[in-house]
Amino acid sequence: MLDACGAASAEDLFAHLPDAVRLRRPLDLEPGISEYEIADYFRARAGENADGYASFLGAGVYRHYRPVLVDAVVSRGEFLTSYTPYQAEISQGTLTAIFEFQTLICQLTGMDVANASMYDGSTAVPEAAMMAARITGRHRVLAARSVHPEYREALRTYARHQGMPVEEFDYAKDSGAFDLDDLERKIDGETAAVIVQSPNFFGVIDDVGAAAEIAHARGALLIMVFTEAVSLGILAPPAGADIVAGELQSFAISPSYGGPYAGIIATRDQFVRQMPGRLVGQTVDTRGNRAFCLTLSTREQHIRREKATSNICTNQALIALMATVFMTVYGKEGLRELALQNVAKARYLAGKLQTVFTGKCFNEFVVRTGDPESINKALLKKKIVGGLPLGRFYPELADSMLICATEMTRRADMDALSDALRPRLAAEEMA
Amino acid sequence: MIRKVRTHPSQNEALLFECSSPGKRAWQLPELDVPAVDAAEALGAANVRGEIPGFPEVSEVEAIRHFTRLSSWNYSIDHGMYPLGSCTMKYNPRINEVVARMEGLAWAHPYQPESLAQGAMEVMARLESALAEITGMDAVTLQPAAGAQGELTGILLIRALLEKRGNPRRRILIPDSAHGTNPASAAIAGYTVENVKSTDAGVLDLEALARAADGDVAALMVTNPNTLGVFEANIAQAAEILHAKGAMLYMDGANMNALVGIARPGDFGVDVMHLNLHKTFSTPHGGGGPGAGPVAVKKALEPYLPTPRLKRVRGKWAWDFKRARSIGRVRAFYGNFGVTVRALAYILAHGGPGLRNATVDAVLNAVYIRKRLEPFFDLPYPSPNMHEVVFSDDRQAKLGVRTGDIAKRLIDYGFHPYTVSFPMIVHGALMIEPTETESKLELDLFIDAMISIAKEVETDPELVKHAPHSTRTSRVDEVAAARKPVLRWKPA
Ligand SMILES: Cc1ncc(COP(=O)(O)O)c(C=O)c1O
Repeated sequence: MLDACGAASAEDLFAHLPDAVRLRRPLDLEPGISEYEIADYFRARAGENADGYASFLGAGVYRHYRPVLVDAVVSRGEFLTSYTPYQAEISQGTLTAIFEFQTLICQLTGMDVANASMYDGSTAVPEAAMMAARITGRHRVLAARSVHPEYREALRTYARHQGMPVEEFDYAKDSGAFDLDDLERKIDGETAAVIVQSPNFFGVIDDVGAAAEIAHARGALLIMVFTEAVSLGILAPPAGADIVAGELQSFAISPSYGGPYAGIIATRDQFVRQMPGRLVGQTVDTRGNRAFCLTLSTREQHIRREKATSNICTNQALIALMATVFMTVYGKEGLRELALQNVAKARYLAGKLQTVFTGKCFNEFVVRTGDPESINKALLKKKIVGGLPLGRFYPELADSMLICATEMTRRADMDALSDALRPRLAAEEMA
Repeated sequence: MIRKVRTHPSQNEALLFECSSPGKRAWQLPELDVPAVDAAEALGAANVRGEIPGFPEVSEVEAIRHFTRLSSWNYSIDHGMYPLGSCTMKYNPRINEVVARMEGLAWAHPYQPESLAQGAMEVMARLESALAEITGMDAVTLQPAAGAQGELTGILLIRALLEKRGNPRRRILIPDSAHGTNPASAAIAGYTVENVKSTDAGVLDLEALARAADGDVAALMVTNPNTLGVFEANIAQAAEILHAKGAMLYMDGANMNALVGIARPGDFGVDVMHLNLHKTFSTPHGGGGPGAGPVAVKKALEPYLPTPRLKRVRGKWAWDFKRARSIGRVRAFYGNFGVTVRALAYILAHGGPGLRNATVDAVLNAVYIRKRLEPFFDLPYPSPNMHEVVFSDDRQAKLGVRTGDIAKRLIDYGFHPYTVSFPMIVHGALMIEPTETESKLELDLFIDAMISIAKEVETDPELVKHAPHSTRTSRVDEVAAARKPVLRWKPA
């Protein structure tokens, strides 16, 4: 091959590089190792994490059972090792699956169109906010404080240099639902979007319709965020939402220390041209057979460059496929049953603990424990990972933690948690 | 002449929604070990939804057959060469999939206590330091989810540093050969994009750069090797011009597969860059994602990196959230950790010398293709190429056949097409990147196919213009799809 290239040695291939840029020493990395040693290395690392603990963590990342079919499908090289389906004729597998995904998300959210996909729920939120600003020609966004705190941080990072002030409205201290009066006070004629989450970060089911009415009365759009997709199996789709920005991690995507997950944006037909991200559309081939292809790409960066609706290119396609398989496995009846099991588990556990908010919850809720950090330390000795201490995000809730139960949470573990918390709770009440 | 493929039966399959029948199920749940609840009572009657109209109802066998049949309509790296330029479609080792699924890694919750996440944090720290060594940069963040988000992060870092110095400036310079994400990312960071024309040789024009780089320019975003596969030999001088004006050099590292072990951006003046783990470091593309776009920076930019950062506290890893100068988060949690695991596995498998060998092979393969195809296709920029080569369809266009047609015909020969019509500075581009994955055998089959198609263009252009002929789906009407968008299934 070197001969055919007119090169005497491999080194010749790099002869045109200026000498000053060349690395003249070997990379300072260990020599390569075998497959067996690689498995060993990662097994050791995995062992240093929380193996074999019961966990009550949720807060945007949920422990749901992953049906084995999911990995059976996404491990197929045909899906795993293909690129973005630009060449439709040899990518109908991926394209068809994405079309099904878009349909499933529409059915689930009650929206007309859904993209496939955003990086995750947290980046779907700023993308939705920028979309709302383009649609309304306004710039201010108003986010509920009960939207996931890390999502709001991502929103601020994206908004900062776009002349997009991000303001927040509060939650009601009794119910944990958003405070409609505070929303009324803060919304104005410059507000492009009101952003709410349901179930919200505290697990409380919010009245999205009421927020939508207020938003629409002032000419703003309503963006509904969800982090717990399983809730959509039983909860009514968001009434009055103009854009839905969500996270699908609950649909068979392992927690994987924070990613990769998959975000989506869904909206009404009339806004589709302002939507970010990839879309697959139905068409025909030259023989008249149904076929699918990427479409409306004039919204995207490879055509529109700095005027594109988003900079996203590589997305989360394989993760969206996981969610598609998950929705297929559970289907109409199963997703409802799964959601109901989550409600039942959370109700059982909440009934044994001192919850902070009165609002109805799906599968997580806030519990006042007093000093959650030290309680969690004690729980670790019983092989229990407790809830998320809330002080980091909500100083006023520094005495509380967010606790989650899913279909995978065993009654025995819930009993152990409540037993461990009970003496503390009793002591708190007496004090 | 077509040696790699023959037609074979492929099964028809309806959409999921069309295969559903009431009452079929693929799911199982254990018996509840707590009292069941009444949905309306527990959630409030108004909050409870009815049945989800149209949601699928299929059996387990039907589900697996459905997706298996769909999969059979895809081409993939596992089928053969996938020479998409700029995409670095290399083999995805399966051990990486196995280790990413190990329970302690796959089930690690991002909020689990640091004391129980040391393994995950160690993996991230080790990858950060390997990438710093490979790029010659001082610090790395793994937070960005893909290349484009890495670009946004990098430009925000530059902005933050310039703001600190008193003036964030207003413009970002981008060569006309750049990928579309570059200008799109600069715009989200609040900058005006100014295109700079490349020279006739397809590289940075230093004079044009010197003219454009005034006190209002924040940075130049450059891809190196550029999207022609040509190394920007004047990169160090470009950095000097920019630095003299108080501006910075951003490098799009999408093409690092040409440089690993050979040259390091940190050694030629780059201030900040991103890498695509789903290109250079072999994490699978999965039909479009997920990827990861780590950003590597020089010391001056380190204080601005997204929160949180890994730090060492009394011999353990900890997350540092208190970083006053940080640009903040670009996303929730710490990045696409599962992708991180796969990339580290790739680096461990290769080791230093193995990574360098991969680079040499990737460049050798691309140069070999260039030499063999040069007699048949126009090469508008004849500078020496590295990991990819870009031809133009000029010669074939005269006979009415465009790059898109040649690409479709390649499918009939058993190959995935190359990248079509990018970079934009090449008229009718054929952008070919073989990667180190391909053997001489596969390369020769590909080259023979390209030569055969070049001859078909002369003898039977219609054959090429209506390709592919061997696929179950013939040429797809993309214009109709965009004219009247059908973006979801609806019951008839
Ligand atoms: C040169 C170049 N820059 C940037 C990108 C964007 O990277 P990503 O798709 O990971 O966002 C790509 C790839 O798609 C690319 O080829």
